[in-house]
Amino acid sequence: MTDLPSTQELAIDVSGVSKVFGGEPGGFRALDNISVGIRNNEFFTLLGPSGCGKTTLLRLIAGFEYPTSGKILLHGEDIGLLPPYKRPVNTVFQSYALFPHLTVAQNIAFGLEMLGRPAAEVRDTVDRMLALVKMEPMRDRLTNQISGGQQQRVALARALAPSPKVLLLDEPLSALDYKLRKEMQIELKRLQNETGITFIFVTHDQEEALTMSDRIAVMSAGLIRQVGTPSEIYDRPADRFVADFIGETNFLSAEIDSVLEDHAILRLPGGGLEKAFLPKGAKTSGKVTAAIRPEHADLVPEGADGGLRGTLSNIIYSGSSTHYHVRLHDGPDFVVRTQNSPDNKLEFSVGQAVGVRVHDRCVQALED
Amino acid sequence: MSASDTPARIAQRQKTRNRWLLSSPALLIVFVAAIGPLFVMLAYSFMAKGDYGGVKPWEFSTDGWFGVFFSRDIFDDTLTIADANVTIFLRSLRLSLLTTLITLAIGFPTAFFIATRPARMRDVWVFLITIPFWTNILIRTFAMQEVIRNEGIINTVLVATGITSEPVQILYTDWAILFGMTYVYLPLMVLPLYASMEKLDFRLVEAGYDLYANRIQVLRRIIIPIVKPGMIAGSILVFIPSLGAYVTPRVLGGGKNMMLGNLIELQFGAGRNWPLGAAISITLMVLVMVALLVYVRYAGRSGGQHHG
Ligand SMILES: Nc1ncnc2c1ncn2[C@@H]1O[C@H](COP(=O)(O)OP(=O)(O)OP(=O)(O)O)[C@@H](O)[C@H]1O
Ligand SMILES: [Mg+2]
Repeated sequence: MTDLPSTQELAIDVSGVSKVFGGEPGGFRALDNISVGIRNNEFFTLLGPSGCGKTTLLRLIAGFEYPTSGKILLHGEDIGLLPPYKRPVNTVFQSYALFPHLTVAQNIAFGLEMLGRPAAEVRDTVDRMLALVKMEPMRDRLTNQISGGQQQRVALARALAPSPKVLLLDEPLSALDYKLRKEMQIELKRLQNETGITFIFVTHDQEEALTMSDRIAVMSAGLIRQVGTPSEIYDRPADRFVADFIGETNFLSAEIDSVLEDHAILRLPGGGLEKAFLPKGAKTSGKVTAAIRPEHADLVPEGADGGLRGTLSNIIYSGSSTHYHVRLHDGPDFVVRTQNSPDNKLEFSVGQAVGVRVHDRCVQALED
Repeated sequence: MSASDTPARIAQRQKTRNRWLLSSPALLIVFVAAIGPLFVMLAYSFMAKGDYGGVKPWEFSTDGWFGVFFSRDIFDDTLTIADANVTIFLRSLRLSLLTTLITLAIGFPTAFFIATRPARMRDVWVFLITIPFWTNILIRTFAMQEVIRNEGIINTVLVATGITSEPVQILYTDWAILFGMTYVYLPLMVLPLYASMEKLDFRLVEAGYDLYANRIQVLRRIIIPIVKPGMIAGSILVFIPSLGAYVTPRVLGGGKNMMLGNLIELQFGAGRNWPLGAAISITLMVLVMVALLVYVRYAGRSGGQHHG
């Protein structure tokens, strides 16, 4: 990646990596010429829909699969062909894969013992890890005698115990219920801060990715579509796929009216003009897609100063916010979301003619 | 009715009684068919032998048990250890242990190979492994004889290629019995091993590699402890019939290299010493039970004892 610091600061440097399952020409291309740099001490997330190649990329870094082409560097050293037991990288498996014949403490000790660390050091580290994940009372239980959340924490402790340079986490929270998941997200963040280890975290939950990550790579169909901080990804999606996958977005077909520096004036359906952010290197004339988040628009009474007009077709109340579906006169449905509060009652009813006012600087112009 | 008799307890007792009542026919059959003959054997072992076989039912005698380990000199009535019997006991134990070890050594990689095939191919392999079961053991043993006899396949090849000038005498040696039993009992080892390996979660193997264990360490620290129940089951299934093997030592070992099964048959047949035969049978059974207890106890203990 051109916008990244030099290789010295990169924990993992994936360059031009492809993975083809079932042999070249007829095989399945799970990763297609991927390049991404993961910085030292960073919480990096791979985000994408099911089957896009997240696990495959993780398994290439862990060493369970070997790249068909391309290179993987760990702190500047090519590890692409090392077997997994020679890589200073540990994995928290989606299924946890705890050893059923060993106790919690023995599971955590396993990696250290395989590395031949002295018994006293193993004991100390195991105690420290048990404290870190708050599992001391369970140390002598077998792993099928503890709950799912506890298993998850043991898996984490087991992978952290040998102090890997990079920790790989493959959807570690997906088996947990909502509340536990929230707790573990905070826990994971805390652990990453305390240990200073580089985390590569896989999820297909965009909310989880946004709340936890320093940077996110959005993947689809074996490609990386965009790499950036959560707010870059959310506010400045690089293409329609990213805008659609992360959060909710309204897409309107628009035309570029004029361009000023990094902004463009777009002509929206119905003739209204809106200032929009134009990504670097995008085209400066013709048809584009205007992407607008539901929370970046307000519902206004008909006739008020709003760029878009339509009929209110649905109101969906969901506690903290309300979604208003507006059927635009000259286009598709447009969703507006407003934050609810007891003294903020919008008096609209289904079937009413309304206008939509888009906030300033909140339109993103995307090429199709 | 005592003070502690709550309705729930009465109902529970009623249920227990009904359960015994309902299963009594099955229990009766099990008792008569399985345990009954054992008692007959036990009784026979304490009777005097009949003149032409059989026993003298009302004559108590410990000669049968005596004869298991001692022999009385026909001329001066002095007692000596029954060398022949002891030799046969030891040979049976040795050959059975070796058979168990060899089938384990061959069966483990075989089962592992099958368990790591794609699901569709596994059934085919298991099917191939079970084919020998469809063939009579006598036929399989004679096939083995055909392979190892002096004019058999192995020796023909050895002599033809000049590796040896004379055929190697394998038939009618302990080696022949070992070959034969290994061949005959191998499926009994592979099947339970495969059953436990098939259930093995291979992600655990990956987790082992991930945690710096190399292939040998993964095998020793992860795979073997987890498939241990299969190893124990297979070993028991091979060891027990090996110890009592009759056909294989008879056909491949010849008359000289007897095992316990042949010795027992001899007493009930040409030896016309039923009490001795019965005593040896019961000794064999006790031997098997002791071996089982030791093995299960040992295996059960070492299972929970990894890296203190
Ligand atoms: N061993 C394999 N042989 C053939 N195809 C494979 C293999 N492993 C993965 N694939 C294919 O590669 C693609 C990417 O798989 P991968 O497991 O990386 O997806 P993922 O992004 O992790 O999805 P999910 O979110 O569902 O876990 C999928 O289409 C999958 O079918
Ligand atoms: Mg996956």
